Amino acid sequence: MRRERLNRYGLRTFALGYLAALLFVPIGIVLYRTFEPGLEYVWQSVTTPAAIHAFYLTLLVALIAVPLNTIFGVLAALVIARGNFRGKALLDALIDLPFAVSPVVVGLSLILLYGRTGWFGDALANAGIRVIFSLPGIVLATIFVTLPFVVREVVPVLREVGDEQEQAAATLGAGRWQTFRRITLPAIRWGVAYGVVLSMARAIGEFGAVSVVSGRISGETETLTLLVEKRFQNFNLAGAYTASALLAVIALVTLLGMTLLSPRTEQA
Amino acid sequence: MTDAPRSVPVSARRRSRVARSATSGPGPLAFGVVALWLSLIVLLPLAAVVAKSLDGGPGAFWDAVSSRQAVSALRFTIAVSLVVTLINAVSGTVIAWVLVRDEFPGKRLVNALIDLPFALPTIVASITLLALYGHDSPVGVDLAFTRAAVGMALLFVTLPFVIRAVQPVLLELDREMEEAAAALGARPATTFRRIILPNLVPAILSGCALAFARAVGEFGSVVLISGNIPFHTQVASVFVFKQIESDAPAAAAAVSVVLLLLSLAVLIGIRAIGRGWRHAT
Repeated sequence: MRRERLNRYGLRTFALGYLAALLFVPIGIVLYRTFEPGLEYVWQSVTTPAAIHAFYLTLLVALIAVPLNTIFGVLAALVIARGNFRGKALLDALIDLPFAVSPVVVGLSLILLYGRTGWFGDALANAGIRVIFSLPGIVLATIFVTLPFVVREVVPVLREVGDEQEQAAATLGAGRWQTFRRITLPAIRWGVAYGVVLSMARAIGEFGAVSVVSGRISGETETLTLLVEKRFQNFNLAGAYTASALLAVIALVTLLGMTLLSPRTEQA
Repeated sequence: MTDAPRSVPVSARRRSRVARSATSGPGPLAFGVVALWLSLIVLLPLAAVVAKSLDGGPGAFWDAVSSRQAVSALRFTIAVSLVVTLINAVSGTVIAWVLVRDEFPGKRLVNALIDLPFALPTIVASITLLALYGHDSPVGVDLAFTRAAVGMALLFVTLPFVIRAVQPVLLELDREMEEAAAALGARPATTFRRIILPNLVPAILSGCALAFARAVGEFGSVVLISGNIPFHTQVASVFVFKQIESDAPAAAAAVSVVLLLLSLAVLIGIRAIGRGWRHAT
């Protein structure tokens, strides 16, 4: 009995010590250093024109990318869970592809398509459209990296609820859209919400892919994560900490949302 | 990313075999839209990378991939990713165990914070680790610009994968077998090794595969903390980034293709192994 207890405390100490050294203490120190110079300084640092623009741009990109991926995600989940098509298994596998691609490669791929010497470079230049080093490039990169989240959350929910109710609705004469709006959507809404929260977090926090395509023009194409990096490299440590803390707070809020929406935390 | 727990089969999965009537379920239009979106956003750009890497023929591809700096970066990336994955396999299983079988105050909070590395931007992860283990470390541990620092950054960003894969399996595990083993005189270590571990292996493997795939391509958390010293702390993704910056897209594309194949092979391979294991037991 005593030995079992020793094992238990040993494992607990290891697990919590590991988490503390890697996760809890570093984040605590960043938050402490952020607020060390005083609240007034923090406020000044996150309200410089460059910071405000970065915040606005980050939000704008997320608000374009996430709704598009939500529509795509629900449609794709329906096709995977309910559809009867050849190529469905392939589609299911390909949707996870963005998880296997390095963010830098995502950026490179967009440059090779839309950049000056890219496949569509000449056509875009003739049309006077800038994609790389501009908003569309950042949006495309963000859509790429957040593509799988909604699909992956909604597919298991669709399979879990089954399609008896949808069949019944169809038998009773409901059309496709009516069945979706009245039966399917209410059943999957928490799965969709969870996927949206995950996509939002990733969209706001994306760094690698965006840093390749954005060109980092301050006040134009600089997102919050790029601002953190620039301040750090300019030895503006305090400024980097405040911008990091802002992103960390967004992450914590996201986490709270995930905890509230996630079905699996109820069991744990 | 967080699909790790769901790579475990849902035991209660129900599949209706009722014949589909014509008006229910998504139509061919939906399939077309989804296929088009996926192609435009993901497949076409990746095709451009593969095409670019082969622009100068297979010889040029080989030259780019086998340059000394590229080989060094790729070798270090694979080695550090393997080490990080192995550490995750052990620590992730232990943490999942503690979160499921142990009781202590604050457990729910700890459980919720496990996902923080997924929610926290990678560049913030970098700054965070540098604050504790960088040049002005309050505990006097300066790891900045070392290979250990790269490993640490990768441990940070891959932390949730194994934990979140193992947790649901542990929760669903039937405890009767363990009790039977204990009643028959097996020591806890034996029970764990012979009864519990075999049930966890598929989940651990799939968590490890996701962690490895992530580690191989990781950029944001590594770029500041590594110092990007060629032949020492430069990882493949940072190497690709430098090639893009110095306007060598063909070389960047070639190394990108290697990275891509690597993480794809691991993800596909582990899926197959997990399936085989489940059939065998």
